[in-house]
Amino acid sequence: MAMTRERARALLLMPAGIWYGVLLLFPLAVVLVFSFGERNPIGGYAPGFTLEQYANLPARFAAFRNTLTLAPLGTLAALIIAYPLAYYLALKVSARWKTTLLILVIVPFWTSILIRSYAWIYLLGGNGIPALLEAVGLGDIRLINTPFAVLVGIVYGYLPLMVFPIYVALEKLDRSLLEAAADLGTPPWRSFLQITLPLSMPGVLTGSMLVFILLTGEFLIPAILGGGKVFFVGNALVDLFLQSRNWAFGSAVAVALIVIMLIVVALYSRAVRRFGAGRDDVGLM
Amino acid sequence: MTDNNCTKFNKGNETMTQDNTPISRKKFIEELRRYEKGSISRRQFLGTTGLGTAMAVLGGALPGLMPGRAIAQDLGDRVVLATWPNYHDAANFDLFATETGVFSQVNVFGSNEEMLAKIQAGGSGWDVFVPTNYAISTYVEAGLIEPLDLAKLPNFDAAAFDARFADAGTIDGKVYAVPKNWGTTGIASNTAKTGGVVDSWKTFFDGAKDQFDGRVMVHDYQLTTIGNALAYFGYSFNSVDPAELAEAEKLLIEVKPHLFAISSDYQPAMRNGDAWLTMCWTGDGKQLNTDLPEIAFALGKEGGEIWSDYYAIPVGAPHREAAYALINYLLDPEVNAREALAHGYPVADARTNALLPEDLLNDPILYPAAEALNALEFGAAVTLTDPNRAELMARFKSA
Repeated sequence: MAMTRERARALLLMPAGIWYGVLLLFPLAVVLVFSFGERNPIGGYAPGFTLEQYANLPARFAAFRNTLTLAPLGTLAALIIAYPLAYYLALKVSARWKTTLLILVIVPFWTSILIRSYAWIYLLGGNGIPALLEAVGLGDIRLINTPFAVLVGIVYGYLPLMVFPIYVALEKLDRSLLEAAADLGTPPWRSFLQITLPLSMPGVLTGSMLVFILLTGEFLIPAILGGGKVFFVGNALVDLFLQSRNWAFGSAVAVALIVIMLIVVALYSRAVRRFGAGRDDVGLM
Repeated sequence: MTDNNCTKFNKGNETMTQDNTPISRKKFIEELRRYEKGSISRRQFLGTTGLGTAMAVLGGALPGLMPGRAIAQDLGDRVVLATWPNYHDAANFDLFATETGVFSQVNVFGSNEEMLAKIQAGGSGWDVFVPTNYAISTYVEAGLIEPLDLAKLPNFDAAAFDARFADAGTIDGKVYAVPKNWGTTGIASNTAKTGGVVDSWKTFFDGAKDQFDGRVMVHDYQLTTIGNALAYFGYSFNSVDPAELAEAEKLLIEVKPHLFAISSDYQPAMRNGDAWLTMCWTGDGKQLNTDLPEIAFALGKEGGEIWSDYYAIPVGAPHREAAYALINYLLDPEVNAREALAHGYPVADARTNALLPEDLLNDPILYPAAEALNALEFGAAVTLTDPNRAELMARFKSA
């Protein structure tokens, strides 16, 4: 019996195992090996063992700085916008409207982010919002190709990924806790801070992680809405692999990004876990 | 990713225009009737109506449904072409499919580096691609392209081509690539805003910091952006001299906060008026000028780039015979003339030029006066591969 159960488990886990092994670990190993190599004189990778690529990382300082400023900022903005929305959807809206509103949140995902970002070019461009602002007397405001435009783009693009995990966490909330608190005379703001918010922390954590991790690797929105002037690590990687074809240095930048991300994620989840009042079920996703 | 459509050259030869425009509704219905009556084959119907290209994509996804298998010329049923945006007349591919049963799958790229990276990584699956003059020797050196068997390209007549635009394809006496089009990298200016045609890199870069603040675009491409900054100082477009590059870098970093964007996708911003001035390739200049006459195209008088593109076949091309057939077809002067009418880039083939309308050949954007080209330089292989120029570009972009 035990044997078959174990065998069944192994069999069921095999697709995921193969998937991660072949498509995640193997490429990661290649990147790691490349990062210690050299650039082939005509571009690409030449075998070698050198720490030169890592020593050269400060050359991409600005890219790391931009990413590590705008990604947390974008995550925070998405959280501030998403939380009240998720709260409303989970706890306030009538069942009749809930599905419709949830679908509306996800509708933008039906179109490619590339097309939607191009739409933002026109909204933020000279004939879009700035022209409207000029009409009401706020002339000469430049929106497109600024860090602000990139921030708008990333928050817009990733908002649903923040809304849904928080919504799910709030949906599961045991409402009798809130009723009990009210019966005992707790004002609503205190029961929100002491009950709702801590219990929704798993959703906040998951949403923030999803958005933050994806933002750190983002390159499309900075390129399109930043006009090539707002340079993320993702853009540095695209250039290193496809333009200057310095695969060794590109790999070192990629490894550095992964390491920084692991550290940030670990620190963040620890901080949130502490805030979640030591609850066991507040885990990473 | 650009929003430009096929250029409209209506003034010239009427039959040319006919061939170039997509099929009209009336013609489509006529063809449909003929198809229903059985007087034309299904393949011809797909070809003439333009549904063929759509089928090529579907066919690739569902090989069993490919209609073209039956034609036996040992060409196979498809050919994969890697090329630049807005660089072909789609109707020509449909016609090629009609004639040969070979469907063209077209991939579009943004830079020579990107193409090189893809081929270097292996398994590109391409049969024909379109490298620029300065990239060819790198491909040959790395053993990535093969010498062409000219016996399979009867439409290639070396004598018909202007040598300036053909000789980069020949290395050590072997022909590795045959010429497609040539062009320049100049300046497009919205004269309604700039108060006149901008025809020097001096005005371009100085103006960017001053009267054109926030309205200037440079390419997201080290070769041209650094090259034109070098031309500003009167240095060679191809310089890899550290002192000269340092000056160019200083200029670019000074200018950067004043730029509208660093992007090679400059048509949308030029068209809606957000940008007034941009580095610009010939065909884009022609397309912008045709649609919006206030946008002028001029060469920088200090110098700049002249280039030529070629057709080449990668080593290990999966459909090599079809690749030869496609190149040969596109080199047919009549086909090539239709191509030129669609994309607006000049041709180096005298036989093709003989078929082009007079006003096109006299167009100063497409065929500038010979002396205007004297200051221009062809990009060099080292300009493409120099790691210092690549790093300079990265510093500029991340500054």
